[in-house]
Amino acid sequence: MNNVNITIDGLAITARSGMTVLQAALANGLYIPNLCNHPDLAPAGLCRVCVVKVDNKKIAISCKLPVQDGMAISTEDPEVMQIRKSSVELLVAYHPLTCLTCEKDNDCELQRVAHYVGVTQEGMKRYRRSVRTIPKDTSNPFFDIDHSKCIMCGICIRTCDELQNINAIDYAQRGVSCIVATLGNKPIAQSRCESCGECVVRCPVGALAVKTAQAPMREVSSICTYCGVGCGLFLGVRGDRIVSVRGDRNNPVNKGSLCVKGRFGYDFVNHPDRLKTPWVKKDGKLVEASWDEALDLIADNFSKSKGDGFATLASARMTNEDNYLLQKFTRSVMETNTIDHCARL
Amino acid sequence: MTNSINEIIGAKAILAIGTNTTQAHPIIALQVKKAARNGAKLIVANPKEIDLCRHATLFLQHRPGTDVALLMGMIRVIVDQGLADTTFIKERCDNYDEFVASLSEFDLARVEQITSVPAALIKKAALMYAENSPASILYCMGITQHSHGTDNVFAISNLALVTGNIGKPSTGVNPLRGQNNVQGSCDMGALPNVYPGYQKVDDPKAMEKFETAWQKKLSPVPGLTHTAIFDKIYDGTVRSLYLVGENPVISDANSSHAVAALEKLPFLVVQDIFMTETAQMADVVLPAATFAEKDGTFTNTERRIQRVRQAIAPKGQARPDWQIVCDIAKRMKSQGFDYANPQEIMTEITSVTPSYAGITYDRLEQGGIQWPCPTKDHSGTPILHAAEKGLFATASGRAKLMPLSFRESAELPDDAYPLLLTTDRSLFHYHTGSMTRRVDGLNQLDSEEQLNINPKDAKRLGIADKEMVNISSRRGQVSAKARVSRICPPGIVSMTFHFAESPTNVLTSGALDPVAKIPETKVCAVRVGKQ
Repeated sequence: MNNVNITIDGLAITARSGMTVLQAALANGLYIPNLCNHPDLAPAGLCRVCVVKVDNKKIAISCKLPVQDGMAISTEDPEVMQIRKSSVELLVAYHPLTCLTCEKDNDCELQRVAHYVGVTQEGMKRYRRSVRTIPKDTSNPFFDIDHSKCIMCGICIRTCDELQNINAIDYAQRGVSCIVATLGNKPIAQSRCESCGECVVRCPVGALAVKTAQAPMREVSSICTYCGVGCGLFLGVRGDRIVSVRGDRNNPVNKGSLCVKGRFGYDFVNHPDRLKTPWVKKDGKLVEASWDEALDLIADNFSKSKGDGFATLASARMTNEDNYLLQKFTRSVMETNTIDHCARL
Repeated sequence: MTNSINEIIGAKAILAIGTNTTQAHPIIALQVKKAARNGAKLIVANPKEIDLCRHATLFLQHRPGTDVALLMGMIRVIVDQGLADTTFIKERCDNYDEFVASLSEFDLARVEQITSVPAALIKKAALMYAENSPASILYCMGITQHSHGTDNVFAISNLALVTGNIGKPSTGVNPLRGQNNVQGSCDMGALPNVYPGYQKVDDPKAMEKFETAWQKKLSPVPGLTHTAIFDKIYDGTVRSLYLVGENPVISDANSSHAVAALEKLPFLVVQDIFMTETAQMADVVLPAATFAEKDGTFTNTERRIQRVRQAIAPKGQARPDWQIVCDIAKRMKSQGFDYANPQEIMTEITSVTPSYAGITYDRLEQGGIQWPCPTKDHSGTPILHAAEKGLFATASGRAKLMPLSFRESAELPDDAYPLLLTTDRSLFHYHTGSMTRRVDGLNQLDSEEQLNINPKDAKRLGIADKEMVNISSRRGQVSAKARVSRICPPGIVSMTFHFAESPTNVLTSGALDPVAKIPETKVCAVRVGKQ
């Protein structure tokens, strides 16, 4: 693909032809405020925040504007500033200003954009009448939908359509009543939603938020423990507990995507049912025991059943290193090749 | 998989057979759906009208257990229409003439009769697969869990070979493997007939190699497979079983047999993260660490070896599995089990496993590597059997086309048990549910076993939607809630096996594939009745 040269606020940059002006700017580290844009999704041109002036003549939305050689873009033209400020003021007109307790505080695109375009108390008053109050949809066990925080960017709808091909949600109703809804506006848990949480991850505001979200103190890069796809993820840790899972966008297998089990199915690690000590059977009943007691019992019994009297069932859930040692133990210590695992089940 | 996950998107045609991809492999399903959206021809072959059908160009709803007939019928169309890749066959395949002779059994009229798929649709699918290159085949347990599972896989391989869809990007024979590290467990020799890297235990050279590496005398006799182990426990030969991270009381086909065997077993050690149904029968239960509590590697379905990292300390006195094995070995006064960490174990693995020889933990820091990776400077192998270096694993190095004939499943519906039960999986649960049933949210989203039954069958039996019903086979009875829907065609019902309260595998058949020894959990005969 060819490269084209354009200028943004006088700065010469090179972009690949076929890119939009917004993509070219962001790729070159230049911020143009935007809300409905997401790098994984096709440009939508809905929020009108990414407006720029082209060749000092016309106003255009940069997320829909293909780069052309010699194009001169201005992002700080007075007319541009006026339009995007009004757009943002309209977006926050109904928005609850409960930022401090909001899930997305400090990670909110609306905050970032409002700050960048210079929304003021005065300016907000122009449009502000009341906060929209629509009951939260709390039917999904993993995330809540708070319509009053929704800015109608459609990123959730497009994620569910373009990336997931599930189409559980779409716009419903008209005008100021317009909301993101499931078919028949039923609670999300009664829709075809698969609870993958991909929309929650991409929501730029707090309209879609994980129910029990806690910010992790640190994250550890690992691999999902469920199916054989092997998605890369980050385990979020707080104290001695796993509190979050985030898809690894750099992993070539899943490129950041996760399914409902991978993203939300980690509570078993922290579950009170976890085995915490060895158990041995005494008088027909399993009772807690020490490692020494358990290992002695095992060593004694295993020593007497080497060869044909012994069998190992390994596990497709263990690591390679675990499995390697288990077969080495079976073959070299227990003197038999009778080791198999659950591959066929 | 012969090919890689990220190549699926580049296929012009995709045949997804015996895989309920959106439920069992949702992240691979994203690629399949995206490919279909971009214009790839998606052919879904499944006895059930699964979710993926919404995205399919063609849907072949064949009778369970008739995959050989369906696939060989498609191949016959391809050969008859002159669409076979004769150059590829000449250069890289053996046995073509014998193979073509075996196609005479599969004229479309007979195939239609066997599979219940209209001949015209089979022809359309065959042409669609053959004329849209590159074409990829995805399959899963719907292909393998049959008393003729090996034949089913041969049929898939035949289809790919005849059209030259192997060894090139976005083609291939691609099994979607179930457990996170089922590929790695096989690679590591957790199998009765092979050492790590599929080196045969009855090959004297391989045995000598491992005797030298481990400084121990080894047995040249292949061991017992999973199902045979339970038979030998039952007859008293096997007296001690060391069972790690597995729950056969729920997961084994005809699970009552597994339970009866375990009840007779003198000494059972179970190593797991929960007190599973199987652990409750043990003489000793050992607490293991979860994936989040240990270091190591998993190998995924596309043969990619990736690093698993410890995030938190093991709960209570739980220990990583590798450490427990070392503890037992040392307690038995055995040499060769002194490892400081999994990295040292990987160093030993790479010294005896040619396909892993180039792997190091340092290299894995930069991302996963697909085996074969024979040297430290080899970048891994995304595509197997590529023309320039990819010999096939046969004596001649050429692929063998396999003549096949159709065999019915071991147990078909009859007057006493008139419905065919096939097992399936839910997006929200994993295997026997020992993990996912302990995640409240997943339990809310899918809380109980459901029997999918067609409205025609439900009406005939007087069963209403959401009514509790009894399902019985020659081996046992379970109860579950009926879900009346058109997902299953008339005559076929389906259940998952995630719920210990409705242990579906009490019903399933223990009939085995003669080669792979896999049980036929995809086909058995049942009766459904009101409670």
